[in-house]
Amino acid sequence: MRELEQSFIQFDEVSFWYNHDEPWALKELSLTIKKNEFVAVIGHNGSGKSTIAKLMNGLLFPQKGEIFVDGLRLSEETVWDIRKKVGMVFQNPDNQFVGTTVEDDVAFGLENHGIPRKEMIERIEQSLKAVGMLDYRKHEPHRLSGGQKQRVAIAGVLAVAPDLIILDEATAMLDPKGRTEIMKTVQRIRKEKKVSILMITHDLHEVTFADRVIVMNRGQKLIEGTPKEVFQQHETLWEIGLDIPFVAKIAAELKQRGIPLNKQPLNNKELLEELWRLHSNM
Amino acid sequence: MEITFEHVSHIYQPNTPFAFHALKDLSFHIPSGSYTAIIGHTGSGKSTLIQHLNGLLIPTEGRVKVGDFQLEPGKKNKHMKDLRKHVGVVFQYPEHQLFEETVKKDLMFGPLNFGTAETTIEKRIPEILEAVQLPEEVLDRSPFDLSGGQMRRVAIAGILMMDPNVLVLDEPTAGLDPGGRREMMDMFYNLHKEKEMTTILVTHSMEDAMKYADYVLIMNEGRLYMEGQPEEVLIQKKKLEAVGLDVPEMVEFLSMFEEKFGTKIPFHGQNIKELASDMLRVMKWGKCDE
Ligand SMILES: Nc1ncnc2c1ncn2[C@@H]1O[C@H](COP(=O)(O)OP(=O)(O)OP(=O)(O)O)[C@@H](O)[C@H]1O
Ligand SMILES: Nc1ncnc2c1ncn2[C@@H]1O[C@H](COP(=O)(O)OP(=O)(O)O)[C@@H](O)[C@H]1O
Ligand SMILES: [Mg+2]
Ligand SMILES: [Mg+2]
Repeated sequence: MRELEQSFIQFDEVSFWYNHDEPWALKELSLTIKKNEFVAVIGHNGSGKSTIAKLMNGLLFPQKGEIFVDGLRLSEETVWDIRKKVGMVFQNPDNQFVGTTVEDDVAFGLENHGIPRKEMIERIEQSLKAVGMLDYRKHEPHRLSGGQKQRVAIAGVLAVAPDLIILDEATAMLDPKGRTEIMKTVQRIRKEKKVSILMITHDLHEVTFADRVIVMNRGQKLIEGTPKEVFQQHETLWEIGLDIPFVAKIAAELKQRGIPLNKQPLNNKELLEELWRLHSNM
Repeated sequence: MEITFEHVSHIYQPNTPFAFHALKDLSFHIPSGSYTAIIGHTGSGKSTLIQHLNGLLIPTEGRVKVGDFQLEPGKKNKHMKDLRKHVGVVFQYPEHQLFEETVKKDLMFGPLNFGTAETTIEKRIPEILEAVQLPEEVLDRSPFDLSGGQMRRVAIAGILMMDPNVLVLDEPTAGLDPGGRREMMDMFYNLHKEKEMTTILVTHSMEDAMKYADYVLIMNEGRLYMEGQPEEVLIQKKKLEAVGLDVPEMVEFLSMFEEKFGTKIPFHGQNIKELASDMLRVMKWGKCDE
């Protein structure tokens, strides 16, 4: 028996191609996401990240292999149940706006899920507040700036409270403050509502918050591990056009110069503390 | 081409209950052939500003000068097409820029529209594809069947096809992988140097602003908040944090290092290797001093 109990998502040797005359977009990919787990996916442009996301909520179906969501095998019959469990924020939020005001837009998702009116109003308010857009509830979505749109799109998904939230480069257009806010929001929601998070990103700082990182390369999984484990493989990452965080670069350089760092730091504080300890014992 | 903003204000939907004052009394000057970075939090007016550069928006008050072109309220500019030939804008969302059935048609559209001969254009395509690192195979594909990062490369290629005098980039590397981001930024910089292209970069990356720009404009709530050379402006942690911006990672790290070790390492544009040497010196010196 597979570990279906604890895996919320399971891909078994999934292959997918968009056109027969083109190479596989995904090739024999196996992966799992546990309940309440935070998984980050990184990889070069065109490596298959968004394709994974679209397969996860049945926007696409694999030609080979099987996909399970919460124990349900993805098929034409289960796809509507699966979409209720998996909320997705796309790369460009413009395409997902339907409402004439920000709050209508968030409401639209809820109506689709049959949430009662009174609870709807509450949820709209909560989720807009969570992304810092409550003041804009009466604004027209298409007139917002890029980053503001992205926050509204995230609010729309938060409101539906799915079991898995997929963020496909959802913070790419935000300023640093906006990104931090969204990351905090995502983590809070994850704790409170026990949702799983799949975050597709090119932002290495965001990756450091994940429990696990999957590195995609040409439609296949190249590396998988905790952020610390993955960032240790900087040479492999560089080879495929990826990078490691600034602080990991400093650590790598110091190690090369013979500083005996034991831990892979994920932020400045961790590195400075270890250096301070070494320095005090010198 | 030099660019001047003279007391420019922009109001979206003026004289309606939705009127929004997105730019307020904005004045600055960008010399021809310079590289300017525009930075500001989300909604601070950056995209509104750059839409004035190719006449997509006209100031509600004040005047915008781009070379010999002038944009003023109430005046229809009959040379708009000419202006757009000179000022190439890569927009924040690449999909907005793409509309043809194939990538090739998309790349040819601009130059054809401005009367360049088809054969001349076709000769340029391989060179441009190489610059944005797309394989020739994409030419026959629909631009909408590409990944996000690939679409962005096509949008950039489309602008480069026009060989503009002024290149305006609105967060051009959002959605690109780290390697692609570095290479694309270097490519823009080389173009800027080789062709003396006036370059305007809207970015959230303080690193890129520090590395490439020779001047920065910091926007806040529709106004110019700070301006100057990046080495002077981008190290002002308190002032930048007050408007929701970070300093470059290096500057931030140095500030935290000082807090921990009590010794200041000045920022002098050092790279990681030089930083490591600086740090080791402080750590050893601390020991020697005991
Ligand atoms: N609708 C489509 N039709 C045909 N091919 C597609 C389509 N969408 C994506 N592809 C191709 O499938 C491959 C994987 O694309 P995908 O969108 O999953 O990449 P990605 O990892 O999300 O990239 P990015 O970082 O640029 O967003 C690419 O080669 C891409 O060109
Ligand atoms: N078409 C529009 N109509 C009305 N308001 C707009 C429009 N475009 C942008 N705005 C508003 O103007 C402000 C500046 O937006 P923008 O220039 O896009 O900011 P930035 O690019 O710095 O994120 C924002 O508050 C935004 O909501
Ligand atoms: Mg993608
Ligand atoms: Mg913008």
